[in-house]
Amino acid sequence: MRKIDIVIKGIVKENPTFMLVLGMCPTLGTTTSAINGMSMGLATTFVLILSNLAISLIAGLIPNKVRIPAYVVVIATFVTVLELLMKAYVPSMYATLGLFIPLIVVNCIVLGRAEAFANKNTPVDSALDGLGIGLGFTCSLTVIGLVREALGNLSVFGWKFAEGDGILAFVLAPGAFIVLGYLMAIFRKMTGKKA
Amino acid sequence: MEYLIIIVSAVFINNIVLSQFLGICPFLGVSNKVGTAMGMAAAVCFVIVLSTLVTYLLQYYVLVPFGIEFMQTITFILVIAALVQIVEIVLKKISPALYQALGIFLPLITTNCCVLGLAIMVVTKEFTFGGTAPHMLNLAESLVFSLSSAVGFGLALVLFAGIREQLELVGVPKAFKGVPIALITAGILAMAFMGFSGLVK
Amino acid sequence: MPKESTFKNMAVCLTVVCLVCSAVLAGIYVMTRDAIAAADAAKTDSAIALVVPSFDNKPSEDVIRVPFGAGDTANVYVAMKAGETVGYAIEVSAIGFGGEIRMMVGIDSSGNVYNTSVISHAETPGLGSKMTEEAYSGQYVGKNPSENNFNVTKDGGEIVAITASTITSRAYSEAVKTAFSIYESIGK
Repeated sequence: MRKIDIVIKGIVKENPTFMLVLGMCPTLGTTTSAINGMSMGLATTFVLILSNLAISLIAGLIPNKVRIPAYVVVIATFVTVLELLMKAYVPSMYATLGLFIPLIVVNCIVLGRAEAFANKNTPVDSALDGLGIGLGFTCSLTVIGLVREALGNLSVFGWKFAEGDGILAFVLAPGAFIVLGYLMAIFRKMTGKKA
Repeated sequence: MEYLIIIVSAVFINNIVLSQFLGICPFLGVSNKVGTAMGMAAAVCFVIVLSTLVTYLLQYYVLVPFGIEFMQTITFILVIAALVQIVEIVLKKISPALYQALGIFLPLITTNCCVLGLAIMVVTKEFTFGGTAPHMLNLAESLVFSLSSAVGFGLALVLFAGIREQLELVGVPKAFKGVPIALITAGILAMAFMGFSGLVK
Repeated sequence: MPKESTFKNMAVCLTVVCLVCSAVLAGIYVMTRDAIAAADAAKTDSAIALVVPSFDNKPSEDVIRVPFGAGDTANVYVAMKAGETVGYAIEVSAIGFGGEIRMMVGIDSSGNVYNTSVISHAETPGLGSKMTEEAYSGQYVGKNPSENNFNVTKDGGEIVAITASTITSRAYSEAVKTAFSIYESIGK
């Protein structure tokens, strides 16, 4: 498969949010605005690329029975590195995303890709796969965040386009579920895939 | 009395699935039948309480004294993974029937954001239950809190399974079948639970 | 391709992985430690800058720790310009509707509220969260408890509460009053 195809499939055909239905917790919890969703997506992409790369490099050295714990430790290391870097250089975003940053460790997308792709492919391909899936995730989170922010707060990326308050339900818990449900249905209709 | 407030607050007001968004993957994946939902809920409860106990002790007796809090994520997830393994092995020995019934759900608990999420929340957040000053939880409060959150998870799961069993029998537009309609239902359920806020000051 | 899953291999592998990862983490931790501390101080400084007149010192370093209540300590940050104290920024918290509201209350040298700002809260968006808007928080500016009644109008005071958010408004007032009692206890 061409290198660019590896990246693209992560964005559409194997979009983690709308197609694979993985990584739901951060999807619902961090999409209160477009910027928040995008930052969470980028943070996860950072971990995805590095962990896919690292795991692909060491896959041959790890005995089969302990591969899951070993992968988890590697992923947890990169997540902590991300945490420290964020705390130092973007502390306000770190505070906004809160608990969901360490939860990247148990984000099914990361471990899932390591299992499904990284341990069977070359390091370069694995890194590209991480990039593709990460971008797909970032796009979906940004879109969901955009919809919720526009409907709930009458703003896009922090810029208010109308006075007053929007439909608050959208920036609260119920809105997260409902927007995701509708967007998923629309995405599936558009790509012609069935549930 | 304070414990009652912790319980009500964790089960209803700040329900871990419907308002904190933890534990969504199993919530969507396991909730099509009431029976399996209850099994999953029980298993999760058990792992949550055990892991909160161990990680709490780990945090306050090892990580903080040695100044290595940055090892929190790694050590916590290792503890959880190890606990789930142990629970699997023990369950296989004591009650093979239960082990069979839970089947694949057991290993999946490791990647359940609920478990890691609760473990971290309990040692990092300051709580203000029923008007007490903001404070970090002590061990007893942590255990009550995590058990109640696990019960809240179970409650949401079972409620949801009941609704989904009904949804199977109803005509749903093709694009919505499966996960999308489940999500919209969850949203309405979340809205219902929002009615609980303000129950406890 | 993958190694055999003998016990020795598994144990060695896991140990090596853990050791390498811990070493990497420790390294990054040491590298970012100072940047993290600086970021924290900058955050406190900017919260302080919102509530006191302009200063040229580092209030996050000029802090008086005042004991109050049941064994707690409050942080009082001293803002100075050209060696003269221009104001005090006091970090307080109160229990609102949805949880803790943390605030910075700035009191200037004449003993009046210079400004207030919310650091964190869990109030209802669109209702209690309006406390951060000037329409509400501006009510406290220039006032002090010996001349003005900081209760909400429902409790006989001067503060107009946010519609449908009396609990939040009351908590806000509580926090400001607490800040004043801390200010008074430092005897300035």
